[in-house]
Amino acid sequence: MNAVVAKLKGALEFAGQATLDFFTEVGLVTQFMARILSASVRPPYRVKLLLQQAEFVGVGSVFIILLTGFFTGAVFTLQSAQAFQRVGMESMVGSTVLLAVARELAPVLTSLMVTGRVGSAMATELGTMRVTEQIDAMEVLAVDPINYLVVPRVFASAVMVPCLSLIFLVVATVGSFIVGVSVLGIDEGAFMARIEWFLDPFDFTHGLYKAIVFGVVLSLIGCYKGYNAAGGARGVGMATTQAVVIGSISIFVLDYVLTSILLIGAPD
Amino acid sequence: MIHIEGLYKRFGGYEVLKGVNLHVRRGKTRVILGISGSGKTVLMKHMIGLLKPDRGAVKVDGEDICKLDDKGMLQVRRKFGMVFQQAALFDSMTVGDNVAFPLREHTKLSPEEVARKVAEKLDVVGLNGAEAKFPSELSGGMRKRVGLARALVLEPTCVLYDEPTTGLDPITTENVDQMILEASAKLKVTSVVISHDIGSAMHVADDIAVIHQGVIVEDCPADALRQSRHPFVQKFLATWFGKQ
Repeated sequence: MNAVVAKLKGALEFAGQATLDFFTEVGLVTQFMARILSASVRPPYRVKLLLQQAEFVGVGSVFIILLTGFFTGAVFTLQSAQAFQRVGMESMVGSTVLLAVARELAPVLTSLMVTGRVGSAMATELGTMRVTEQIDAMEVLAVDPINYLVVPRVFASAVMVPCLSLIFLVVATVGSFIVGVSVLGIDEGAFMARIEWFLDPFDFTHGLYKAIVFGVVLSLIGCYKGYNAAGGARGVGMATTQAVVIGSISIFVLDYVLTSILLIGAPD
Repeated sequence: MIHIEGLYKRFGGYEVLKGVNLHVRRGKTRVILGISGSGKTVLMKHMIGLLKPDRGAVKVDGEDICKLDDKGMLQVRRKFGMVFQQAALFDSMTVGDNVAFPLREHTKLSPEEVARKVAEKLDVVGLNGAEAKFPSELSGGMRKRVGLARALVLEPTCVLYDEPTTGLDPITTENVDQMILEASAKLKVTSVVISHDIGSAMHVADDIAVIHQGVIVEDCPADALRQSRHPFVQKFLATWFGKQ
């Protein structure tokens, strides 16, 4: 009996501690976001750093987005063409692929790629600066590290991830067109006409809104994990891993939430 | 200049500072001696607002900095320079950019004036011409000297040194001590040095406080430290003077 009570007590303590840790973390992230908001409206406005980060996040990611976008469009076309052939609706391939890419695949896959490349780099860079006291040194030199290090990264991501998502969409369309028309022999006119007929500007804005939110979230998590890293090289490694894992999961969870909200306002 | 009253700080279940009282006189060099884990660095980080105490007050020129917001704290920090144990140079910047960083952030000097001031400060620490080097190309002692040049470039009224001689060879230790003395003498800055290096402390200090297990167990002028009757201070000093 005593053993059962002890086990129950242990389980309750574990659940209680986990809940407490979760809400503590939520509180800290909220506090971090509030500091970012406050620092972003206060001068100095660091345009040079913003452009440097925009180059790192945006220009530096173009190549992997080109590759990912092209092959996503190509593979998705191969798969959907096979399915549509069974019901004799091959002309719907282009519009279906583009709808999926514009609304879902472009923002989600772009953000996942950027999380892997940029979110991890942000966590590593800021984490290394934290454990080698460079962030402390910045504070001692009366420079707000949130304003100097975090704000340019978050804003650059919020702007560049939608741009990359747009590039992904264009390249995926090219990939889909090449495979659909040149490889599978779908009629070019039908392929394009269905796209024009089927797709709405809403489908593109839907994806862009998501990409903006994902850009903010992935950079926020990368910066938060790096900024609060502790425990030397191991701590920086853990911060980087957590930035990628939590960033990726957050993108999927937020994708569902945002889709649910955006579909309420979708045209019929 | 700095007045600390009843300072308490706990990390998790471990109480690091247990009611520290300390006064740093303007224009003097105050050394805080203690063994590793005694709370020296934690105490120093409170002086510049990098940590907030659980209880107690840290007054800089009469103002309790524990009650300041981020903006107010940035203003107070303009009075300070700090030399970190591992120098904490920005590793993505050159030596010149590291020293120029506070000038570019807080002054409207032209690039030529900034370059002139940087060269001047690097000259003071014996590193003239090192502007284009990266921190990774420097030895530990040279990095500390760049850290001091960066700390001094805005001409602060107080410089904090976190274990400035730890891990350095005797010649470099002597140079760093000389650097602290010269900064105090030439620039009239107040200095706070935390260290476990008794020889270096006796060399540079006007006043010495000994911290042990989160409590100041001795606080006296440097030349009176050897007369201390506190058992820990006697044991600590014996590790140095016993060898003399």
